Order: sequence, then structure tokens, then C-alpha cells
Amino acid sequence: MRIKTISRSVDEFTRERSQDLQRVFHNFDPSLRPMEKAVEYQRALTAAKLEKIFARPFVGAMDGHRDGISCMAKNPNYLKGIFSASMDGDIRLWDIATRRTVCQFPGHQGAVRGLTVSTDGNVLVSCGTDCNVRLWSVPRPSLEDSDLSSEKSTEPSAVYTCKNALLAVDHQFEGDLFATAGAQLDIWNHNRSQPVQSFTSGSHSVISVRFNPGEPDILATSSGDNHISIYDIRMSSAARKILMRTKTNSIAWNPMEPMNFTAANEDGNCYSFDGRKNEEAKCVHKDHVSAVMDIDFSPTGREFVTGSYDRSVRIFPYNGGHSREIYHTKRMQRVFCVKYSSDATYVISGSDDTNLRLWKAKASEQLGVILPREQKKHEYNEAVKNRYKHLPEIKRIVRHRHLPKPIYKAKAESRAMNDAKRRKDERRKAHSAPGTVVTESHRTRRIIKEVE
Amino acid sequence: MEVALEDDNLMEKVVLPPDEQEIDVELEAKEKKYLRGEGANLEILKDKKLKTQLASREKLYGKSAKAAAKIEKWLLPASAGYLETDGLEKTWRVKQTDIAKEVDKLSLRNQYDIVLPDFGPYKLDFTASGRHMLAGGRKGHLALVDMMNMNLIKEIQVRETVRDVAFLHNDQFFAAAQKKYSYIYARDGTELHCLKERGPVARLRFLKNHFLLASVNKIGQLHYQDVTYGDMVASIRTGKGRTDVMEVNPYNGVVALGHSGGTVTMWKPTSQAPLVQMQCHPGPVSSVAFHPNGHLMATSGKERKVKIWDLRKFEEIQTIHGFHAKTLSFSQKGLLAAGTGSFVQVLGDSSGAYSRYMSHSMVKGYQIEKVMFRPYEDVLGMGHSMGWSSVLIPGSGEPNFDSWVANPFETSKQRREKEVHLLLDKLPPETIMLDPSKIGAMRPSRRKEKPTRGEIEAEKEVAIEAAKSIELKKKTKGRNKPSKRTKNKKELVEKAKRTFPEQEHSAVGKKRRIGEDAAAELPTSLKRFARKN
Repeated sequence: MRIKTISRSVDEFTRERSQDLQRVFHNFDPSLRPMEKAVEYQRALTAAKLEKIFARPFVGAMDGHRDGISCMAKNPNYLKGIFSASMDGDIRLWDIATRRTVCQFPGHQGAVRGLTVSTDGNVLVSCGTDCNVRLWSVPRPSLEDSDLSSEKSTEPSAVYTCKNALLAVDHQFEGDLFATAGAQLDIWNHNRSQPVQSFTSGSHSVISVRFNPGEPDILATSSGDNHISIYDIRMSSAARKILMRTKTNSIAWNPMEPMNFTAANEDGNCYSFDGRKNEEAKCVHKDHVSAVMDIDFSPTGREFVTGSYDRSVRIFPYNGGHSREIYHTKRMQRVFCVKYSSDATYVISGSDDTNLRLWKAKASEQLGVILPREQKKHEYNEAVKNRYKHLPEIKRIVRHRHLPKPIYKAKAESRAMNDAKRRKDERRKAHSAPGTVVTESHRTRRIIKEVE
Repeated sequence: MEVALEDDNLMEKVVLPPDEQEIDVELEAKEKKYLRGEGANLEILKDKKLKTQLASREKLYGKSAKAAAKIEKWLLPASAGYLETDGLEKTWRVKQTDIAKEVDKLSLRNQYDIVLPDFGPYKLDFTASGRHMLAGGRKGHLALVDMMNMNLIKEIQVRETVRDVAFLHNDQFFAAAQKKYSYIYARDGTELHCLKERGPVARLRFLKNHFLLASVNKIGQLHYQDVTYGDMVASIRTGKGRTDVMEVNPYNGVVALGHSGGTVTMWKPTSQAPLVQMQCHPGPVSSVAFHPNGHLMATSGKERKVKIWDLRKFEEIQTIHGFHAKTLSFSQKGLLAAGTGSFVQVLGDSSGAYSRYMSHSMVKGYQIEKVMFRPYEDVLGMGHSMGWSSVLIPGSGEPNFDSWVANPFETSKQRREKEVHLLLDKLPPETIMLDPSKIGAMRPSRRKEKPTRGEIEAEKEVAIEAAKSIELKKKTKGRNKPSKRTKNKKELVEKAKRTFPEQEHSAVGKKRRIGEDAAAELPTSLKRFARKN
């Protein structure tokens, strides 16, 4: 006869000294946990509510400019610094941590329209409506900079003049060429005072330009006659051209998938394209009610931030049609430029009210050093909320955002208009012979044709 | 992504040596338990994005089930108890004295009899971790014992009849059903609350996940009270008369009452009508017990039969003849203890059906009042008319506890943290339902959650009955006219009816869109306007 009973000795199951950690034991058997699904649902509900309680995205505003901000540039080598330029020609370098101006770059006579930094972080290129391109050498951040009272100002290292006003500038990745957009697209070298190469494309000006992070010789531009063109600077004319119904204000390439880019359009939508296949957009991101002015991707490539003429900043997932977050303030007027910080934690928006605003990318994130247990709890809350986020109670809480009244009303109006249009299209289709009326998908609706 | 898939394919093609194959089969069997049911059917989905997302999730579930199965096989510190006899010896002839010879000293401490003849039959309750025990004698003796050290923490004499005792969420609070009212006491014996609303209570049970104290009183009313803020969540008139057989199903939080007509009814706090009514026995039901997995229920009736029911189909699985079990209890591993007179029989289902496993008989005069298995130990506690006892039943308890579910070696700090987490995870009473796995599942979309016509009718009838049986106070000084009395009674019934929205009468013609059946009769040019489902 063999008999064994459970006998637990206290030493095995408790700690020896008070300095030791407590002993914990796991048994993942589901029968020990009755109603586990209900408990998980309850935790998801609590996590969703807590997220809303801790959602305080606004960190601070950087003021100092005397006119509306027209453009910003990130320094790829230095996380704490950001360059911004305003409509009266004032260029400043800000320290994000202290939210103060470190250095000023005076010199432009009119509005500064484009700002960019070379990949090694040494040269700042700016261009403006006074037909000048100025190159500045970026001051190295040093311990002396901690003395905040002195705001240094520097002289440009080079000034190049053009015939027409310049509208945008972008620097090549891993190279020393930069491109300016104005009456035509020009490719410059740092040391030459005349453009190395020029691309003309009809009578309309080129509005924005962006180099591809993966291929150093490819760039995307948008022009005033509603075209988006992709150029290879080794060839003499555009590689691809897409004609849309409205003009594109800004383009951003996905840093993790460099063949895809997203275009911020005047009709309030952002269109993500595959650079190789342009007949239809990969995704249409619809949430803004007014023109989208600027767009920037997160370094993770998983989401992007847009700033719009309707006084709001939205964060979209890279493959989702609707925004996951909207930031707005009473004091923030038309947003003209946005940047996603290089550590994917902050979003900086520059707007018409002369302020740069610093926001958290994840509104309820705890900044600073997080203990490993806290980190695990955050991750658990995130995971359990994602598991149940399709259920009505939790969906309502997670989705809820307060919209400013003009945007709310504009959205309601556009919803009513779209519903009416859709109903009419359906009826038109139903009353016609089957096959004569074809519904266009959203991805192709706004594209007129692809050239080349 | 594609590389990972290739790796998986490669792994499947490797052939393992035979003993590792055996281990694999064993692990697969364990894995099933951790998978918690079948995976979702993804073939019917048309949305490709959703399909890929769900497919990758299903893969993750598979991986975590594998990891959990491996942990169970290799990393759990303790193994279950067993009682194996060789050849002709039968397990039910093994006496506690024989067990005492074979077992170690630590387990021997769990075999004892405590004789307290003056204070009447004892009822027992254990905390969820099995560390503390509460014994309540009929004549008013309440004792809180720490089972690990056999320490008597507190004993009080309330000098009133005590009919039942129950722990609340931990050993700090307990409730006692006394002569006229129920009381909640703290661990040191101070009376904290007097629960007057319930009246004289026959049975008290605590629903752990919901923090609800459920009780059935002498009139047959069922009360649910939330002990965190004292709100009476539900008071239900069962309409079936007085009963003192009440048990809670740990799997879904449903309360089962056994009635004198032989029916077992199941209740949830959010509805006035029972969820299920089962005719279990020809005579009164003596006792009910639930298996921890929620699928089995054991009931015993006065006609000396114990029946095992499957709760998924509400069918009888097995009948055990021979004795009238006054009290029943399931252990964590599925052993069933039945106490009759001074004899306890333990049945085990090792061979598929429940058969005799062990038994224990006490001195003739000791009438067993309640049997209860102690959680996480191979111990059966019995409260009887002369005190309480404890015997060893190898193989009844779960050997490995999870520190975050129930920890018998809890320190006071861990206890306080656990209390906070329990409160944060407190479930609302609406989550009590027969099938708790429905929570979090997507229902096929319906505009509004509508109870069926039958349900509404049932609730309506119950409410009308309740309204009709309200007794109005007889007024004096000439205000007690019979016409006024009937008018007031009628108003009460109308009020009860009014709380239910009017049923839509199909007699009133409503404009309807052309349905699918009508579509077949339509001329072809109008077919495209038929409602598409």
C-alpha cells in the first residue's frame, strides 16, 4: 500500500531572512481561476478608464518668435534640439528640455519657407521668399550652453541667391546635396553657388520636396498643379507622376518602409502610396476637416503626425484610416508644421500663434525612469485593453475625445453630406442597368491619373 | 514574418526519438487544458486584415499553452497525494489509523478530533487558501483557528443560536447567521455590522469575485448584499417556501437552492425569476454540492440517493444508492464526500464514474453536520454534534497553489495587497450567468439587447404576484372604506404592470421594407430593392 499526502514544510515556502525576496509560486491551471474572463474584462475597463485619467499630453510651449512659425527641422544627431523658422525671417535653435532658445540665426529678409539639417548635423540650410539660400554652421552643444542667459547668434557660412522665391528645401540622406523647391526643382551642392541640376515641370511652382531615407538619389515633390512627382536625380526627368484632384501640401517617407510615402493633401485627407505602384493609394487617412499642412513620420514607422489648417494635430497609425489621437488647444491657431521627435516620444507643432508646442506622443505615458514592475503593469494594461477594445463599453471609453466645437460641427456636417451622397449614389446605381455605374473605391477616388 | 513561418515548418518535419515522443503526447494532453477550448473559425471572415491579426493571435495562444504545459510538467514544486493499494486490498477499507502509520509527521497534525459536547453541532468554513478555519456551534460558539499552527485566534460565545458561518474575502472578516439577524464580525471578535434586512437566515454564502454575501432566510427569501459598501443588490422572493439548502457554484457565481418539493433552482441577483429549475428528487433535497470546474453538481435527497448531474445538458449522469447524505462536498481534485449520520463516505471518479474511494466512521453518537474539504490540502474537515474533526484523504487537494490566487503562507503585507487587488477586480453582479465564457465574446450584431417575449412575460407575472400579495395597512378613524382599499390594491398592480414597456402589437400596420420571402414574389425589375440580409 502506497500512500502520499500533501505536506508542505514552512521553510520551502517562506523566505529565510528578511532581506530575501518573498517566494512566489505559479500554477497556471485555469481551474484555479473561476470567472477569469470576467475579471480580465473588468481589468480592461479599469485600464481604459485609468488611461483617460492620466491622459495629459501637453508638456509645454516654446515662445519667442514674433510671427507665425512656417517650418521646423530636426537635427538627426542631437535629440534635444529643434530648429524653427518664422514668417519674419527669424530662425532659432531650441533646447526642448528647457524649452528655451539656444541660438538665433538672423539674416533672412522675408518669410523663411524651408529649413533642413544635413545628416551629420553640422550644416543648417534655410531658404525663403527673399530668394536666398543660406547655409549656417550648427553650434556644437557644450557645457557652456547651460548658461541660459546668453542667446548666441551666428553669421551664415554661405548665402546663395536665386531668381525666384523658394518654397521648400530638403537635404539628402548620407550625402551633401540638397534640393530646393520654388519655380523649379534645383539640386545644390554645399560648396557651389549655383544649382548643380535643375528640373522644370511645366508652369507651376514646386511646393514641397522630400528625399527618400532609403535611396539617397530619389526624392518626392509636389507641385501647385496637383501633381506628386518622384524624381531620380541621376535621370533628367520625373520618374513617376500622379495627378490628384487637389494639391499636396507636404510629403513624408516612411523611415521603416522607404518605398512608401504619405502625402498630406489640401482636401483634408492623407494618402499613403507605394512608391512603385501609383494607380491607387495604399490607404486613405481621413479625419481632418480642413487642409492638412504638414506631416511627419515617427522613427518607428508605425504612425505619423499631421498638422492641419483646422487648428488640430492628429496622430494616425500608418495603415489605419482614422486617427488614434487628436491634440488641440484654444490658444493654438492654424498649425503649419509638425515634427515627431527622434525618440518617438514627443510631437512638436508649430502654429500661427508664434508658439511651438511640445506634446507627448502617447497621452497617458509616464515620462521619466519607470521601474520594471511599473513597466510590466503598463504593458499588461495595454494588452488587456487591446484584447477587449472591440466591446461597446470599452470602445466608447477608449475612442472618446473632446473635439473643439468648430471641428465637431464640421465633422457632423461632412458626415451628413457624405451619407447623402452615398445614398444618392446607391440609388443611382440601383436605378441604372447593372454594370453601367461603377463605384470608385476611396483609394482611387481622388487620383485622376498616373503619368509615366 | 515569412522567415518565422518557414522555421515552424522546418520544426514540424523533425522526427523525435520514441521517449521524447511520449513526453510530447503527454504535453499535448496538458496543453489542451491551457488552450481553454477550440480556436476561432477564421475561414468565415472576409476581412483579410482582421484574419491575419486573429491568426497571429491564435498562434500566440498556442505558444503560451505549450509553455504553460511545460511549466506544469517540469517546474511545479509539489505533486498530488495518492492512495494505492496492491491486489486484493480495497481503498475503502483503509482506515485513518493505517494511513497514520505510513505518512509523515507534518501530515499527522491534520488528523484530529476536537470534542466540545456542550455547544451543539458545528458548521465549518475555510478561507480560500485553506489556512484559516471558522467553526460555529449551534449554541453560540464561534471559533477562528489558524490551521497552520493549530492556533486558536479568537473564540467568542454569542449566546444565541448560530445557524451558519461564512468567511468574507479573507480571514479578517466573517459573518454568522444568528437567531434573529446576521452579524459581521472582525477577526478579533468585535461585532461590525448587524444585517437586519435579511431576517432570520438559514444559510450564508460568500461570492468571492463579486463581494456578494448571499443568504436564504426562513421565509425562503434570497438576499444578495455587496459587502464593500453595504448595498442590498437583490432580494428575491423565491416563492418556493422555506429551505436551508443553498450552495454557490464557484465556476459562474450562480446560487442553487434545494427545495422541499425535490426541485433545485438556480438564481442570479439581476432577475426575479430563477435561471433554471430542475426536478432532482421525488422528495425533499437534503444537500447540493458543485464541482469546482462548474460542470458537475451532486444532489442528495431523503430517498437515500445521491445523484450526479451534468450542468451543461442538465442531465443526470449517475445515481448512487444506499445512503441519505445530509451533507455533500467536492474537493479541488473532484472527490465527493458525503456525510450521513456518523459516517462519511468519499467517492472518487478515477474510473470515469464515481465509486467508493475511502470512508470514515466516527463514534456512534457523533452526528455529522457538515463536511468540507480543505483547499490545497489532503484534508477533510467535518463538523459534528460533538465538535469538529479532520481526517486525511490522500489525493483530494491541489498540491500546487498560485501565490496570486491563494497563498497559504501569506504575510500580512501580501494579504493587504491582495485585498486591494481583489477590490480592483471586483465584478459587477451582472456578470453572474450560467455560461461565464460569454463575457467578452461578440454577439451577432443586434440593435438593442432585447429580452425575449417569454422572459418579459415571466418577469411581469412575478411582479404582478408580488404586487397582489402586498398587505396594505388597515387605516383607522373611518378611512378604511372597502372601496378605497380595493382601489389602492388595483393601483399597486397597475404600477407593477407599468414598469414593463408595452408589447408591440402587430395589429397596428407598420410600413415594412420588403422582406426576403416577399422578394420571390416581386417582379424582376423591383428585385434589387428587396432587403438584403
